[in-house]
Amino acid sequence: MKKTIKLIDLDCGHCAAKIQSAVKKIDGVIDVSVNFMNQKMVLEAPDDKFDAILAEAKELIKKIEPDVTVKV
Amino acid sequence: MTRKQKHLLARILVAAVLFFTGSLLHLPDSIEMGVYLSCYVVIGWDIVWKAVTNILHGQIFDENFLMTIATIGALVLGEHSEGVAVMLFYQVGEWFQSYAVSKSRRSITSLMDIRPDYANVKQDGKLVQVDPDEVSIGSTIVVKPGERIPLDGTIIKGSSTLDTSALTGESIPREVEPGMEVISGCINQTGILTIHTTKEFGESTVAKILDLVENASDKKGRLENFITRFARYYTPAVVFAALALAILPPIITGQAFSIWIYRALTFLVISCPCALVISIPLSFFGGIGGASKIGVLVKGSNYLEALAHAEMVVFDKTGTLTKGSFAVSEIHSNGMKDHQLLELAAYAEDYSNHPISLSIKNAYGKKIDNTRITDVQEIAGHGVQALIDGKTVLAGNAKLMGKEHIKYTACPSVGTVVYVACDGKYAGCIVIEDEIKTDAPAAIRSLKSTGIRRTVMLTGDSDAVGKKVADRLGLDQAYTELLPADKVERVEDLLKQKSEKGTLVFVGDGINDAPVLARADVGIAMGGLGSDAAIEAADVVLMTDEPSKITSVMRIARKTIHIANQNIVFALGIKFLVLILGALGYANMWAAVFADVGVSVIAILNAIRAMRVKRFDISSQI
Repeated sequence: MKKTIKLIDLDCGHCAAKIQSAVKKIDGVIDVSVNFMNQKMVLEAPDDKFDAILAEAKELIKKIEPDVTVKV
Repeated sequence: MTRKQKHLLARILVAAVLFFTGSLLHLPDSIEMGVYLSCYVVIGWDIVWKAVTNILHGQIFDENFLMTIATIGALVLGEHSEGVAVMLFYQVGEWFQSYAVSKSRRSITSLMDIRPDYANVKQDGKLVQVDPDEVSIGSTIVVKPGERIPLDGTIIKGSSTLDTSALTGESIPREVEPGMEVISGCINQTGILTIHTTKEFGESTVAKILDLVENASDKKGRLENFITRFARYYTPAVVFAALALAILPPIITGQAFSIWIYRALTFLVISCPCALVISIPLSFFGGIGGASKIGVLVKGSNYLEALAHAEMVVFDKTGTLTKGSFAVSEIHSNGMKDHQLLELAAYAEDYSNHPISLSIKNAYGKKIDNTRITDVQEIAGHGVQALIDGKTVLAGNAKLMGKEHIKYTACPSVGTVVYVACDGKYAGCIVIEDEIKTDAPAAIRSLKSTGIRRTVMLTGDSDAVGKKVADRLGLDQAYTELLPADKVERVEDLLKQKSEKGTLVFVGDGINDAPVLARADVGIAMGGLGSDAAIEAADVVLMTDEPSKITSVMRIARKTIHIANQNIVFALGIKFLVLILGALGYANMWAAVFADVGVSVIAILNAIRAMRVKRFDISSQI
């Protein structure tokens, strides 16, 4: 499953890169691309694990950039 | 400005006042110290806080942490004003970045703001406003002047002019009347239109374009990926260099630690690759946004890069270089007037909807009186025989004339020739051709002057027609009578002939072009005429179907790459220069702040230039 997730208030390029490389390391993620200009993340993961992975990604984003609001 | 930005701006202003109070008034040392410290707290508390929490989360090379070390280090070394100023300017830089990016993000997304909010649906004689998503196919909707057409459909009632600029970049309004098809996303300007919808919102033009645009910058180019990789190594490298600088020289030379620690701190200030990680994506975003302003959709920054290195452009003929609509180009009558010949042909072809018949009827232009036609017979592969006003009329190809033993003069013109005979006597012939698009010759010329080495045309059409079009346009080569599979083969061959760095661009419109569009380095599809399959397979879509836009988007691509390269060279150049000067003791913290914040600001301003594309729109200059 591939889903686009909004990252509101993501406004620095290096934070985007940090989020991308951190989420990529989550077990089961097929692909992830964080786009800082569009303020969104495209996450691809197996259907059965998607929700768990998304929850983990949200946790990570909160740690890396507390200012960013994640909206599915 | 967002709330976050306003908040930061307020803090910057308060801190700036405190900073200048501290530095301009001659206060006693202890009070001055207090002013600086309170200034530092106002401007830097969140950075320090983030640094602490991030370390707890295991992130060491975090710019917050590095800024904290650099500024607190300076304060400890007794450089109060510098320590505070670094933090202040760092925040100014952050604010500017955030502001500039969100501003350009807004200006680009507003270009693409073509989503209709509602549709006025006619239900039981009343108009009801509903979400376009909820309107089913076959509904009747009303679009008032000033409103956006929410769904694709056919006009039942009313005529008006449409502003299509948001979709096509075309500034001239389009006149529409009942029976015409309209696409969603256009703005109705003058009259009230009643429209019969033919597509659901999800399948409508506007939804498709939005989908394309919103996913455009997901595909990152080589340059962007390089910067991401570079940033990963740059910060740790600079930090380790700083560490070495603080420890090794004092041990070796015996100089005071404070001198070298200060120099090491300047390193930390320069350690953020911000200027690059923001300005490079911003340039590409601007380039893609600018291209959409002139009606060209680019599906990713990697394609912008590939376009900038285009070396060969391969075209499909029909629908790409020609209009794909047939028109009568010559009439050669024999023993009657030209208009009489046209009339006969139009009547004979009346029953048919074949493009050739339609073009003859179009050229005739008058209403056809069906009662004059009797006994129409189609002769498969040859043409048609009809009784018109009691006369036997034959209209068809040369084979038909031969079959009916009619003496005719073979027409030397290239194109589709319809021979006409009346009561067994040759009456003349009509030549029908696919018209070349008005801007096609200029498009080929401008490609050549932009430095494209070879222009090639591939067509399934006959050799004579293909060569004629290629000659008229000044193309370097034409391959004719190709089947769809042959086109892929030709493109494979051509791909082998290009240089390693150069790219091959293929431009097409039909379903049969989809495999070639996917195979080429960059596939460009015609968005207006083009089939959905072609638009899907393509990397770039020309909304106006004008081939001259290819040159425009290539120039935009080159400018974008140029700006990105400028920023890389400029930002890295200044950073390395200041690093070296800092290590030697010539650059102080002020220079380091410039190398960090100043460079970011300049690089961002430079990146914003990528959005300005007006002068590249050559179709408006023809």
